[in-house]
Amino acid sequence: MAASNDNDIIIEVRDLVVKYGDRTVLDGINFQVRRGEIFVILGGSGCGKSTLLRNLVGLMRPYSGRILINGQDFTAMNDEERTDARKRMGMCFQGSALFGSMSVGDNVALPLREHTRLEESTIEIMTKIKLELVGLGGFGDFLPAELSGGMKKRAGLARAMAMDPEIIFYDEPSAGLDPIVAAGLDGLIRKMQHTFNLTSVVVTHEMESVKQIADTVCMLERGRIVGLGALEELRALDYPYVQQFFARRAQDESQIDSAEYLRSLTGLE
Amino acid sequence: MTSVVGYSGRAALDALHAGGMVCVLIVDTLNWLFVQPLRGKGLRLRSTVEHFVEFGVRSMPIVGLICFLVGVIIAMQSAYTLEKWGATKFIANLVGISALRELAPLMTAVLITGRCGSAITAEIGTMKVAEEIDALHVMGLNPTKFLIVPKFLAMLVAVPCVTVLAMFIMILGGFLLSCSPLVGVDPVIYYEQTVNSLVAKDMVTGVVKSIFFGITICWVGIYRGFQVEGGAEGVGRKTTSSVVTSIFLIILLDLVWTTLFYFA
Repeated sequence: MAASNDNDIIIEVRDLVVKYGDRTVLDGINFQVRRGEIFVILGGSGCGKSTLLRNLVGLMRPYSGRILINGQDFTAMNDEERTDARKRMGMCFQGSALFGSMSVGDNVALPLREHTRLEESTIEIMTKIKLELVGLGGFGDFLPAELSGGMKKRAGLARAMAMDPEIIFYDEPSAGLDPIVAAGLDGLIRKMQHTFNLTSVVVTHEMESVKQIADTVCMLERGRIVGLGALEELRALDYPYVQQFFARRAQDESQIDSAEYLRSLTGLE
Repeated sequence: MTSVVGYSGRAALDALHAGGMVCVLIVDTLNWLFVQPLRGKGLRLRSTVEHFVEFGVRSMPIVGLICFLVGVIIAMQSAYTLEKWGATKFIANLVGISALRELAPLMTAVLITGRCGSAITAEIGTMKVAEEIDALHVMGLNPTKFLIVPKFLAMLVAVPCVTVLAMFIMILGGFLLSCSPLVGVDPVIYYEQTVNSLVAKDMVTGVVKSIFFGITICWVGIYRGFQVEGGAEGVGRKTTSSVVTSIFLIILLDLVWTTLFYFA
């Protein structure tokens, strides 16, 4: 990893522990995200990557540990401070989460109308710019239901970009899209990074995407980090789960620990 | 035996939890309705007006039709008894009192529950399932200000307004039947009988009830909406339970207010 001073670190996660009831979902998570990089959180289904993302954007409170964004403790903020911090972040949801009752243009304009005192004519121009940026110029008057899956994700990105954020979070950006549309979206994530020096945190399980966009990869297995670094560093790791993931190999039945299997069936410790 | 104790214990805990959640919801709504606007965070008036049109104006045709028919029905039922004593002019008293004090507020509330309470639950539930509520949070927009307060204000005004109109329509239904050749009351006598038998308190009773019915419909709808888990099926289930809970609470409130006004 390149030498970095403190100003280069935009997100820092320290000893993060997240629990659902008694079940520990994330355990001892530590990592740093540098300004302007694309940081990919990679892992299989149920490894806790979506939970990690929900904690990073403040939709969940951790059990313990700290999340520092621009050096400020995001987990210790009150509602007002968190609202302010959120104006500098954007998030693209897996299902795009556009408001179905509003046009695409109104969706993009919403954060501007609510958080700024700009003239309506200015907001309209800014909305058009954001839609052009994601390749949806001319679709402002469409309802979200009239767009295809890929277009919805692009519209979601335009809305996340509305307030010119410093950090943008993507939840499974290429899930459910065909390879061509998914590649287009990967290109868009790169373009945003180059054009605006935007820091991106991407949660995904698509290896193809990771190869295209990742600067740093953080690999999770059962709530723990098993690999952290550039893609090539991870590929060189001699860890069975990581190798399996890269080779797209199914879990070998003979590798399953029989005692653990028995425990999972009986529920006894 | 233990299962009975366990069941009732769990039910009590669930009810307590629900009560707590509703209290949080109420405090948050009042905060965004009265406190935050003073700190320069305005209300969403346009959205409130749109909801008022939906809850109030668009409910009028069906509420009007049903209340007209109910007016005709009570008049006919009253005529059945009163004809035996040749006292058909007292139909006016019966229809007037029942419409103002009881049936117009109740029918309006039940119909608006079915039309709008269910719609509130379905809207919020679908938004929750589609991560739209999360999107609001992440954008730094408060769901209470954005979703709840406009609905609450609109419902608070719409239900009493619709109820007052429903009262007149119900009386009109009774009037038309009683003065038809079927019963044959003189229209002038019917009018005078209605005006003389009703006092302002009857109308106040109905309107006060309707305000509380409106609050109930709105909060139950919102609460059930936020309870939705797990896709379209969850939305359907909570929408049904929103209507059932709402109607149950409306009847319960009706009983409480009727008792209070009976002694007052």
